[in-house]
Amino acid sequence: MATMAQATEEVSYLEAISQALDEEMARDERVFLMGEDIGTYGGAFKITEGFLQKYGEWRVLDTPLAESGFVGAAIGAAMMGLRPVVEMQFADFISCAFDQITEVAAKNHYRWGAAVPMVIRAPFGGGVHGGPFHSECPEGWFFHSPGLKLVAPSTPYDAKGLLKAAIRDPNPVIYFEHKFLYRRIKSVLPKEDFVVPLGKADVKRVGNDVSVITYGAMVHLALEAAQTLANEGIDLEVVDLRTLVPFDKEAIYSSVHKTSKAIILHEDNKTGGIGAEIAALLAEDCFGCLDGPIVRIAPPDTPVPFSTPLEEFFLPKTNDIISAARKLAAY
Amino acid sequence: MDVAVIAKEIKRDDLLQMYHYLRLTRALEDRITALYRQGRIVGGVYTSHGMEAIAVGYASALERDDIIAPFHRDMGAFLIRGFTTGEILAQYLGKRTGPSKGKDGNVHMGDLRRGVFGFVSHLADNLPVAAGAALAFKIRGESRVVFAGTGDGGTSRGDFHEAMNLAAVRKLPVVFFCNNNQYAYSTPLRLQMAISNVVDRANAYGMSGEIVDGNDVAAVYLAANRAIARARAGEGPTFLEFKTMRMHGHSEHDPAKYVPRELLEEWKKRDPILKAEQLLTHLGYGEEGYFQDVSERVKKEVEVGVEFAEQSPLPEGPEVLEGVFAIRADSH
Repeated sequence: MATMAQATEEVSYLEAISQALDEEMARDERVFLMGEDIGTYGGAFKITEGFLQKYGEWRVLDTPLAESGFVGAAIGAAMMGLRPVVEMQFADFISCAFDQITEVAAKNHYRWGAAVPMVIRAPFGGGVHGGPFHSECPEGWFFHSPGLKLVAPSTPYDAKGLLKAAIRDPNPVIYFEHKFLYRRIKSVLPKEDFVVPLGKADVKRVGNDVSVITYGAMVHLALEAAQTLANEGIDLEVVDLRTLVPFDKEAIYSSVHKTSKAIILHEDNKTGGIGAEIAALLAEDCFGCLDGPIVRIAPPDTPVPFSTPLEEFFLPKTNDIISAARKLAAY
Repeated sequence: MDVAVIAKEIKRDDLLQMYHYLRLTRALEDRITALYRQGRIVGGVYTSHGMEAIAVGYASALERDDIIAPFHRDMGAFLIRGFTTGEILAQYLGKRTGPSKGKDGNVHMGDLRRGVFGFVSHLADNLPVAAGAALAFKIRGESRVVFAGTGDGGTSRGDFHEAMNLAAVRKLPVVFFCNNNQYAYSTPLRLQMAISNVVDRANAYGMSGEIVDGNDVAAVYLAANRAIARARAGEGPTFLEFKTMRMHGHSEHDPAKYVPRELLEEWKKRDPILKAEQLLTHLGYGEEGYFQDVSERVKKEVEVGVEFAEQSPLPEGPEVLEGVFAIRADSH
């Protein structure tokens, strides 16, 4: 009975992250955690609740308020054979560690051959009334820095499998976990150990008419739009990138070859974002197969605002996708 | 330094070996400077001229499995860790046989197998990294230590302070040092900080600190030994301020006209090689003609290196694409 109950128990996106950390720490004694308030307090979002008691203060380290310092320390520990996973309390604070990430971690192996197997967890994204310093999507900064891998799961399954893969990867990986999804998205996960390999996109909805290429919380927005559009006879394909670097060109190209229409959707602001790169690649490599303009849906070039009507205006909406898909379908 | 103390605390052979590395460092860097002036080395050349005693002293005090995160004027540390003059010159000439295979230049060399972290130009960036290596030793209960340095200018950066604080809070087995050579590029100490001694900063982190004559290899060695012993005993980090003077420009392209000539004249009398020779003579170490023998020996070692480096191949253009990502964690 107990196993039956367990096998059908739904796990939230947040619990999936927590499980991945717990299982990797149990599996590999080299894995340890550093961050602000992750020990006694269990982390701002309670991802590491109970970890201090289970693994002790030298595997779950509460650090001083010094993102650059503890990211640098993670780099050093990684080079000495440990597998650090550091937590940014909010992805916004990653800017304090920008130099360590882009200059030290990213260039280390290239410059002198020393691998830096570490993970930086970065709770990102809006829709939680966090305002300009607790809602950012900073992935674009790192997308442009060779030597870093970036992942951004949208489901509990991917959250767990990608975090495990990130911890086992020999490179610095920034793991963007979406705060909006933490307690909203749940699913039943396999009981056995599994990973989601880095660099592989996932088609979250198969469709024939228009491709939506997206990641993170926006995947769910696209799936919602797809339901409405299905009633109108417009069949949306939703491609979830899952890994942003190295991203899965083949999956994107193969979807666009099928539909000939592409919408690129992200929550990071529009100019110079990841969508711009994907649009450029589609124009370069898939021009012949396109039957309509490449459309980007992304927030305006402003900081993420606080007040509800401002944030609602700022974030992409289901209707943005629906109207874009209608226009494209008419081509 | 009290000669009797030195005679008691440092073995004769160790002192003679330090003298050898002082001379080798000087000869190698003089040769590098000459190659730069001939246009055969491109890019920046930052030497430790007049400051050789710091790296030679501390690297001699460490065990082989300790880690060094060098300052960019620590050529002696590379030599002591077994980087050959050939490898080093190949690095400066951008050859494939250099430790960074042409991906990076000059003193930006590193090798985990020899326990030396690659230098990062953003001064003090390697100090948190060093603290992290020390953290790994502490977590695993190893008695290894990390020795990590920056310059006087580097101590103005946040990473210096974050590393000092982190290491002190967790009592990590790391020794931080500052090569205080009075100038950060052209900026004199008085425009860098409102204190006269960098070591005052250690107090703020609850860390012991010491001012050391950076031109006295024996003093550096003994101070390093004390700090290393504290770290190994679990007593936490130490900060060492090595007082010295930058005798050349920031880089060899820089004539350093902003440095008063009298200051250089005064420091020339305290040249670390001169000081070491006075000490050795006083102690009666080294026979007649010993200094001359060492001088000739290191010159030969440098010329062997020049030949190796010059005969080494340059990398091919497409090699630029290699190594952005590691395939395995131990792929170095």
